[in-house]
Amino acid sequence: MSHDHSHEPVTTAAEPPAAARVRALTDLLVEKGVVERDEIRRRIDWLVSRTPAHGARLVARAWVDPSYKERALDDARLAALELGLDPGESPQVIALENTDEVHHMVVCTLCSCYPKALLGPPPDWYKSLPYRSRAVSDPRGVLREFGLVVDEDVEVRVVDSTADMRYIVIPRRPPGTEELDEDALAGIVTRDSMIGVAEAVPPS
Amino acid sequence: MTFAAGDDVVVSSREHTGHHRTPGYLKGRRGTALRAHDAFRNPETRAYGSDGLPKERLYLVSFALPGGDRVLADIFEHWLETAA
Repeated sequence: MSHDHSHEPVTTAAEPPAAARVRALTDLLVEKGVVERDEIRRRIDWLVSRTPAHGARLVARAWVDPSYKERALDDARLAALELGLDPGESPQVIALENTDEVHHMVVCTLCSCYPKALLGPPPDWYKSLPYRSRAVSDPRGVLREFGLVVDEDVEVRVVDSTADMRYIVIPRRPPGTEELDEDALAGIVTRDSMIGVAEAVPPS
Repeated sequence: MTFAAGDDVVVSSREHTGHHRTPGYLKGRRGTALRAHDAFRNPETRAYGSDGLPKERLYLVSFALPGGDRVLADIFEHWLETAA
């Protein structure tokens, strides 16, 4: 590999330590022939092409089609493929249904496992130590900080995705949405409602 | 498959050095298996360059929180024991 080029970061700001570490690792892996830069670019492009709009389509279909919902609860990867959505490479995904009796919220206490193919890159708070530690010790307190008060008679289930499975929440369908078609329904499904820290937003 | 949905299990509290996917706050805790997922390559050996074989079965296990809420976590079979 030639060294007639600079490895300095292309930035005007001070480079954060984590970015410097990633850059050093990338340079080494490329130099040793483990990965190619184009492969890294392809993966970054894929990741930033994923958005919560993909997961929202799955949720909207689940709201209008009970048999589809059952399939998503069993295997959301197959359910995503049914809609022509890209479910990503290896991790398996299942959907969790929020109801009047049960409220699911998702966390990864060990790192930041997240259904990126359906929701895009995770928000910073999802990766933060306070969310990861407190979600499993004081879930109702965490939800209150997100502005969501869960009734005492509703069971909160915190799902800690610690391994190869990924989870997407199907929020409750808000009242007053009976007349909305599937596309309009997808428009009221927010990212946070598919993580389980918010409800789907009723149309104003 | 060692465990079935509804089985009472305990997460092993054995010492483990190195990468593993069993959260510390659940070690030694009693729970109930809810669902058997597929078997996956073992992250404990895969993290160090091995192929991670043989695969280990992954289970969704439910743990009680105070007040009736629950934590559901994915735990590999070799970290689960039958509850006494």
